Amino acid sequence: MSAATAHVDDHAHDDHGHHHHKETFVTKYIFSQDHKMIAKQYLITGVLFMGFIGIAMSLMFRMQLAWPAESFAIFEAVLGDWAPEGVMDADMYLALVTMHGTIMVFFVLTAGLSGTFSNLLIPLQIGARDMASGFLNMLSFWMFFVSCVIMVLSLFVEAGPAAAGWTIYPPLSAVELAQPGSGLGMTLWLSSMAIFIASSLLGSLNYIVTVLNLRTKGMSMSRLPLTIWAFFITAIIGVISFPVLLSAALLLIMDRSFGTSFFLSDIFIQGEVLHYQGGSPVLFEHLFWFLGHPEVYIVLLPALGITSEVMATNARKPIFGYRAMVASIMAIAFLSTIVWGHHMFISGMNPFLGSVFTFTTLLIAIPSAVKAFNYITTLWKGNLQLNPAMLFSIALVSTFITGGLTGIILGDSTLDINVHDTYFVVAHFHLVMGISALYGLFAGVYHWFPKMFEGRLMNKNLGYVHFWVTAVCAYGVFFPMHFVGMAGVPRRYYENTAFPMFDELTDVQVLMTVFALIAGAAQLIFVYNFVTSMFSNKIGPKNPWKSTTLEWTAEVKHIHGNWDGPIPHVHRWAYDYSKVDENGEYIIPGQDYVPQTVPLQKDEEELNH
Amino acid sequence: MTTALTFIVLALVGIAIWQMTKIFELTQIKNENAQIANDQDNKNQGYLMFAFLIFIYGITIFSFVKYSKFLLPESSSAHGAEYDNLMLISFVIIFIVQTITQALLHYFGYKYRGKTGNKAHFYVENHKLELIWTFIPMVVLAVLIGWGLYTWTNIMDVNDEDNPLIIELYAQQFQWSARYGGTDNVLGGANVRMIDIDRANVLGLDESDSYATDDVIVRELHLPVGRKVNFKMRSQDVLHSAYMPHFRAQMNCVPGMTTEFSFTPTKTTKEIRLDPDVIDKVARTNKIRAEKAANGADNSEPWEYDYILLCNKICGKSHYNMQMKIIVETQEEYEAWMKTQKTFGQTMTSMQ
Repeated sequence: MSAATAHVDDHAHDDHGHHHHKETFVTKYIFSQDHKMIAKQYLITGVLFMGFIGIAMSLMFRMQLAWPAESFAIFEAVLGDWAPEGVMDADMYLALVTMHGTIMVFFVLTAGLSGTFSNLLIPLQIGARDMASGFLNMLSFWMFFVSCVIMVLSLFVEAGPAAAGWTIYPPLSAVELAQPGSGLGMTLWLSSMAIFIASSLLGSLNYIVTVLNLRTKGMSMSRLPLTIWAFFITAIIGVISFPVLLSAALLLIMDRSFGTSFFLSDIFIQGEVLHYQGGSPVLFEHLFWFLGHPEVYIVLLPALGITSEVMATNARKPIFGYRAMVASIMAIAFLSTIVWGHHMFISGMNPFLGSVFTFTTLLIAIPSAVKAFNYITTLWKGNLQLNPAMLFSIALVSTFITGGLTGIILGDSTLDINVHDTYFVVAHFHLVMGISALYGLFAGVYHWFPKMFEGRLMNKNLGYVHFWVTAVCAYGVFFPMHFVGMAGVPRRYYENTAFPMFDELTDVQVLMTVFALIAGAAQLIFVYNFVTSMFSNKIGPKNPWKSTTLEWTAEVKHIHGNWDGPIPHVHRWAYDYSKVDENGEYIIPGQDYVPQTVPLQKDEEELNH
Repeated sequence: MTTALTFIVLALVGIAIWQMTKIFELTQIKNENAQIANDQDNKNQGYLMFAFLIFIYGITIFSFVKYSKFLLPESSSAHGAEYDNLMLISFVIIFIVQTITQALLHYFGYKYRGKTGNKAHFYVENHKLELIWTFIPMVVLAVLIGWGLYTWTNIMDVNDEDNPLIIELYAQQFQWSARYGGTDNVLGGANVRMIDIDRANVLGLDESDSYATDDVIVRELHLPVGRKVNFKMRSQDVLHSAYMPHFRAQMNCVPGMTTEFSFTPTKTTKEIRLDPDVIDKVARTNKIRAEKAANGADNSEPWEYDYILLCNKICGKSHYNMQMKIIVETQEEYEAWMKTQKTFGQTMTSMQ
């Protein structure tokens, strides 16, 4: 076990951490190659900036849904000509829905979440001075930044941004005659995503190499904290599936700009027959979802990893079933790459293929159930320290269960027939991946804020208010939404007034929108807390949550190389919380946790390895 | 008015939060560990955790009581009964699991709230326990998968047994058309390249194909009750989805290929209008519409219940209003209606 880590030995004793590079403002804050700074850059660009845009968009279209065709001064102010006299235009509605999905899934929850915490935690928790390649890491962030800029710029295109849904199914996304947003807006969308994918690949490769090569002495794979396992496996799924999205995007670019027919055939639109022949939109759906489905786990696994760590620390208990948790992560990752067809049961794909995908999809419920049960058991007989991060972690398990269970309906090809593309789906995936991943993100920010901002802690009371308002509102929005879907209301409808059978559902829409607006407002508390805590001059303890993992042994003050002296060695797994000897006394008297750096005591049994 | 009210509510919530945080801040002891949960916090948050469990149950019960009546009425197709059964069983399972797991999660959150001096139980793993909760979901899922796949295979088996009626559903931005095979019940050949708007050949039928001559193209879907219908879906521009929720039926319409779905309608439009749930729904809806009419709003005339075909795949600006009425009627009524329709051949001749 320890043989695998022998090669990092010499690295551990180098004097990398001792010399102080001359750093200018540009190399420290802008083109930084330090993983801690890059993590913060991801957090601020991906989560705070893009997240603000994405959530604001959702609030606008929620208002349109609750009060259809009503005039709002805010629409006129923000959308301009897209909201003549304050009434939202139908094309703009679709554009908002599309951009909300794109920004939240890719920019906030993929780059924002993984980018922030993989960068921050991988080197710190495995005991490395930095990422394997600081330069690639910097490049990865700046490519992400460029893709953000292009995506945001596309919002200001005259014909409007991409509006074909975040899944950009052709022909709608390919033919400008079908929709104004499929012109320059879609070109920018595709360019932005191509750069985004390149950035994500560079990042992922870096994470994989770092985890494999730079672990400190004693940090065997089976001693890795579950955060690192989650980030590591997430990076692997990213490397496997993102290139497929790139190929889909490239072929779509070819169809759009160079007249090829990969995805298009037999199209008659606005009085003319287009020349396309022989392509198939179903092919695009396959390519898209080959990434698209693993993508939801790319979003969710890091959140689950963060939860595992935060929950064990705050429960003062080891995570229950460490090996089962690792196995579940691997099983989920493997299965996630062979379930994409459940998005396509009624796409015209061969029904037999549908059967296969039903089978693999429902299988994925098993490792997910194991994870949920293990979290619950971790709480059992704990000594729960209910910090905001812990509350978000518990809430994650709650929404993961609520949202995951309805997956049993949607993953079943038969039952999918009537709820496919209705609000039922919207409710399902928002709870299971949207809200859950956001909770993981918040848990991470509250928990590791001191690591990001040199010992400062976020205000816990503001954190509590933020949590409870968010938790109540999230269920308030998405629980009733299932019923709207079961009533047969399709998603992506600008308004539901064209169908009298949906008239009585307007009240539900109003209820959901009011909850959404309150939830949106509650996020401002978080932003306020974040910014004021960032500039606060109160420094907390070095290891505020009394955690066992390595990051809390690193210097509070950020230095390049993380540890001022040699890198600490690891002697045990990351979860020796409340471990007792035969006499029922803590291993270290008076302290309910044993840091990973503490050697095994005499007669102490090393568990679980 | 509602808008103003909402904003007032939002403003009040904002003020409440601001005041709460001020109180919290004032009560805080200023020390290094001020931002780390203490026993008092654990106690408060533990109780709130329990309250949250009640909230989850509350919103569940509230939604069921208030919103169950909004759900679609009993299925009007033959396979729909099986669909509804499977849905019901799945939901029963989901609710049992949901109720138990949420209770455990939040109850543990409350019960084991931290207190200085308490010792957590060092509990690493238990293979027996883990096996049990791997095995139980596996068995339950195996049953659901088996049942689901059996039903799926039956539904998706589109065959020519029992003399099905052949109907093409044709999608374009932003309307539906239906094409019947005519007296021979065979659809004539068609392709978008043969569309001739000037001659009103809007579905691109092959004018030289004798099967096409007796085809009937309509904008309102009439189905005879009790006869199997095989739908062939086509789209001329972008993806659409033919969604017929009352029949538990849906299939995408894909440009460049023909997709299929098949079902047997079991209740006529007249019969479904007599369903007690439907009568209630119509009464509720017409009350809302009457209120709207009283306020002088458009789109407020009284509504009569109808089956409907909706577009359920984002297709552009008017996606939200792409619909076709479906009328299920007796064989006689269907035949009488069909007699009043012009065939494709007749339309073409009249254009010359």
